[in-house]
Amino acid sequence: MNKTRIGFALLLVLGLIAPYTGAYPIFLMKALCFALFACAFNLLLGFTGLLSFGHAAFFGTAGYALGYSVKAWGFAPEFGILFAVAVSSLLGWAIGSLAIRRQGIYFAMITLALAQMVYFICLQAKFTGAEDGLQGVPRGNLFGIIDLGSDIAMYYLVFAIFMIGFLLIYRTVHSPFGQVLKAIRENEARALSLGYDVDKHKLLAFVISAGLAGLAGATKTLVLGFETLTDVNWPQSGEVVLMTLIGGIGTIFGPVVGGFFVVTLENELADKVGSWVQVIMGAIFVICVLAFRRGIVGELTALFNRRKDAGAE
Amino acid sequence: MEIFGVPIQAFLGQLLLGLVNGSFYAVLSLGLAVIFGLLNIINFSHGALYMMGAYIAFLALDLLGLGFWWSLLLAPLIVGGFGMIIERLLMRWIHKLDHLYGLLLTFGLALIIEGVYRYFFGVSGQPYPVPDALRGATNLGFMILPNYRGFVVAASLVICLGTWYVIERTRLGAYLRAGTENPLLLQAFGVNVPLMVTLTYGFGVGLAAIGGVLAAPVIQINPLMGSNIIIVVFAVVVIGGMGSILGSIVTGLGLGVIEGLAKVYYPEASATVVFVIMAIVLLVRPAGLFGKER
Repeated sequence: MNKTRIGFALLLVLGLIAPYTGAYPIFLMKALCFALFACAFNLLLGFTGLLSFGHAAFFGTAGYALGYSVKAWGFAPEFGILFAVAVSSLLGWAIGSLAIRRQGIYFAMITLALAQMVYFICLQAKFTGAEDGLQGVPRGNLFGIIDLGSDIAMYYLVFAIFMIGFLLIYRTVHSPFGQVLKAIRENEARALSLGYDVDKHKLLAFVISAGLAGLAGATKTLVLGFETLTDVNWPQSGEVVLMTLIGGIGTIFGPVVGGFFVVTLENELADKVGSWVQVIMGAIFVICVLAFRRGIVGELTALFNRRKDAGAE
Repeated sequence: MEIFGVPIQAFLGQLLLGLVNGSFYAVLSLGLAVIFGLLNIINFSHGALYMMGAYIAFLALDLLGLGFWWSLLLAPLIVGGFGMIIERLLMRWIHKLDHLYGLLLTFGLALIIEGVYRYFFGVSGQPYPVPDALRGATNLGFMILPNYRGFVVAASLVICLGTWYVIERTRLGAYLRAGTENPLLLQAFGVNVPLMVTLTYGFGVGLAAIGGVLAAPVIQINPLMGSNIIIVVFAVVVIGGMGSILGSIVTGLGLGVIEGLAKVYYPEASATVVFVIMAIVLLVRPAGLFGKER
């Protein structure tokens, strides 16, 4: 797996030098959070074959959990993040155990509906601040010593969290457990007949994915210092699907590329075209589904393999 | 007179409002089921096309001075035509793929349609007048029935039952059912299946447009109305299952009524009650109330 190694090295180097390239640190951190979110989502869609249309619920709920625990209870950032991941994993267990009772298209509809329920709860609950959102979440000191108020310190924390999440997903995908997930994706009935507890595997994959989505959401709230209803609402769930689709479903690096692509695009377009952003996102969706299903990384890999095949002849 | 501590007038009023909402759920989930049957696509843009129907009514009145009844005729034709173009140009290409791609494609389409309407109309609502013939209210003795609301429920029932009749009792419906079972075999018998698929999609989204026109006088027309309702309709579809047409009518109306009752007794839960019921149904009967175990 030489290519993957090169990819990892590239990612690590790019991540380490990024703050010194003149890129806006908040933007980098936000993009890393969304990249991790997309990677977590891809664990389900790309490697288990489950399309969840409700991942915003985990992303957003973790954001609220972090914001509230840090702001109201005075949690240190590291405990706030752990708490948020626990909350989103628990929510993932609850939603996952309901959703895996149906397959395919129904799975997507159930996750969407349950996530919308979470949205309505967040809309009405006191602790979320409803329409105003949760404002003024302090970054605090990491382990009591590192002041996260500085963007550089915060950036390296975000990058470390991203790498941990990313490696965890990589490890999961390439473990025996991950092999079973892929077997379920390819042929659920056969995996079942071979004696694997399909439901248990699916649920565990769902919980891991929800927990990591929560990790991304919590980190994002810590970076930006606020959390709003946008993060729990359904367009956010659609956006993470788009990131994964653009980058390449079922590829390791695809969601990272897709996450950066979409966040950059939104950043660039927001001031220039206003509400046309939604139309452009929709159009990209349509184009990707019709003509570009392998995504950026998938297409590049295919191109690379074709070249290699041609060279071997 | 009171029912569980709620004045009967308020109770019946909410019950009726629930039935009205339930009618929209029924019409929309019926369209989804018909499309899913033949195309194997869950049409995420269904809500957006419903919203388009409402806006066609609004624009027809605003720009052309055409009233409600014209809109009720024009909107399904325009939206149905638009749907057929989309089907021919886009959906045809992904027919053989996993149906998750259909969901993603129609999701993208929904974003585009909604985004365009948001650009032109903002997110604030537009009012639409109740047609003259249906203004006022009728005193039924035990309650005052606003004529238009009664009409919506009756019209939706007629539409749904008409669709049921066409599909279950006519030759055309027999083709449709055959196409749902085995399109290849049907084609071998000389039926033009691709044309039928296009027409079915047009018909399904036409139903959504009728729903939009019917909804225009009772709600504020706004670009987000489609995505707000489609997620609830998805839950309705999960609860009822897509196997039976009468099932989707009953489920749609029933959930509308339950939602209405929740508004009376526990308003905080009115937005979530459908999803809670969905969760319970999944626990007790995963295939859905009227679904077949697969």
